[in-house]
Amino acid sequence: MGLEIRDASVVYPAADGRAPVEALSRVDLTIRPGEFAVALGASGCGKSTLLNLIAGFLAPSSGDILLNGKPVAGPSADRSVVFQKHALLPWLNVVENVAFGLKLQGRPRAARQEVAEKFIGLLGLSGFETSPVYSLSGGMQQRVGIARALTSDPKLLLMDEPLGALDALTREKAQELILNIWHETQKSVFFITHSVEEALFMGTKLIVMSPRPGRIAHVFDLPFSKRFCDGQSARAIKASQDFIALREDVLAIIFADEEAA
Amino acid sequence: MSIVRTKEDAAPAEASPASATGWQAAVAGSFERLLRSRPTRPGETYGVPGQGETVVLSLVTIVAFVFVWWLVTALGLVKPLFVPSPQAILLKFVDVLTNGFTGTSLLAHAGISAARVFGAFLLACAVGVPLGLAMGMSPTIRGIFDPPIEFYRPIPPLAYLPLMIIWFGIGETSKVLLIFLSVFAPVALGAKSGVRSAAIEQIHAAYSFGASRWQVMRHVILPSALPEILTAMRIGIGFGWTTLVAAEMVAATKGLGYMVLTASQFLQTATVIMGIVVIAAIAYAFDMLMRFVERRLVPWKGRM
Repeated sequence: MGLEIRDASVVYPAADGRAPVEALSRVDLTIRPGEFAVALGASGCGKSTLLNLIAGFLAPSSGDILLNGKPVAGPSADRSVVFQKHALLPWLNVVENVAFGLKLQGRPRAARQEVAEKFIGLLGLSGFETSPVYSLSGGMQQRVGIARALTSDPKLLLMDEPLGALDALTREKAQELILNIWHETQKSVFFITHSVEEALFMGTKLIVMSPRPGRIAHVFDLPFSKRFCDGQSARAIKASQDFIALREDVLAIIFADEEAA
Repeated sequence: MSIVRTKEDAAPAEASPASATGWQAAVAGSFERLLRSRPTRPGETYGVPGQGETVVLSLVTIVAFVFVWWLVTALGLVKPLFVPSPQAILLKFVDVLTNGFTGTSLLAHAGISAARVFGAFLLACAVGVPLGLAMGMSPTIRGIFDPPIEFYRPIPPLAYLPLMIIWFGIGETSKVLLIFLSVFAPVALGAKSGVRSAAIEQIHAAYSFGASRWQVMRHVILPSALPEILTAMRIGIGFGWTTLVAAEMVAATKGLGYMVLTASQFLQTATVIMGIVVIAAIAYAFDMLMRFVERRLVPWKGRM
């Protein structure tokens, strides 16, 4: 069960006299329930294309994408997306933004309010319910986006570089927050990043992608996020010998792939 | 540290008058200021083009303009037939306000003109905004309506005024329609391009919650197009006032445009200028109102 991608390829048709581009080549991937899958790679390696496939914004040129055995046909509330930026609605305040998905789904006002309050509390946004979102800091805006994605109780949470626009210190805090929420809600997550440290720290499964054509080059199982959820501190994990060793290995692999491509 | 440096920087400037004569240093100093700017004060950003307050300068300009105008007329440099004095305009205003012009009071003239312009404006918004949004949303509708709108948009209203009169007579219809057409194009095109203001992430987010196309239109695209629609409405009403005089050229017996044209035929220059000032004042007041509405309706404009 969970998400299954079988032999999926995406080919962008030829345009402006250029040859067709193979954005994703023969991708096989399974994300089991409760798994935290992190896609890592340089730009142009097809991470976002892969996320668009899972979200249902893009149909594969060949291959299948199945969620709990059923083919994915278009976007739907069982796969919420958290974007890097620009995804909040500035004419709505914090609580209205969080409840936006529920409103679209036609839930009554009282119910939406209740669910929104719950996730606002979970994301540490209490007290900012009626603030306009444009007055919040980048980190808080991102928490609003995550709260909004969680409200519709998705089977799979898709995160497209959600922390890419945050400063380094806010980013570390946000990583811990996302792991805590993941641990609490037991969601499956598909998370895109190009920070090696972030990928190693957060994932239970690391997907290293390579460009030209975009493809999955390596898959690793990761122990670190489990350790964090068992109570070890984030900095202690990131400073541990095996974390650093794996970080250097993965970096070496990525640079070797770059050279080869 | 910085204080010390400031002193060092200032030292050569103080020393220069000793080495060169006073006026040479002054010329060099003003050149210096033109070529490179000083650091900004706290609270400003260095190098922002055109930053600074303008209100005082604008007020001074207006006062200076009126003063020169008064001076020229008071010294009798220009005949009142060409340029009546500011007082004459004011007196004419009071005169027409109390006695009317060609048997109609100033308020009635202003009222009928405002009714024509705002009537046409409301009509143009009621048709232009939905059509513009539809053009932005649907290639079919854009394909159909783009050519006619782009074709007639650059034509001066005076050019098709005769056609309007031939087709719709000399009554209110042709007048309102003429103004309507001049407002319609900018409003529709503004709404059309406003559709593009929504970020693709906002649209994708809505779809990923299971939104329908209609919901995305209603809850994402329409609100994010609102700033551009309001701007287009401000531009549109401007075109409306521009077209007013043309609309009241033929077979009108009331209206500010009619008043200005008739007064000009009798060389009543004071009335002409007074009418122009009244039109400008109404248009400016409405623009202020629109800016206020903008601040209330889209306080988030340009902030995200």
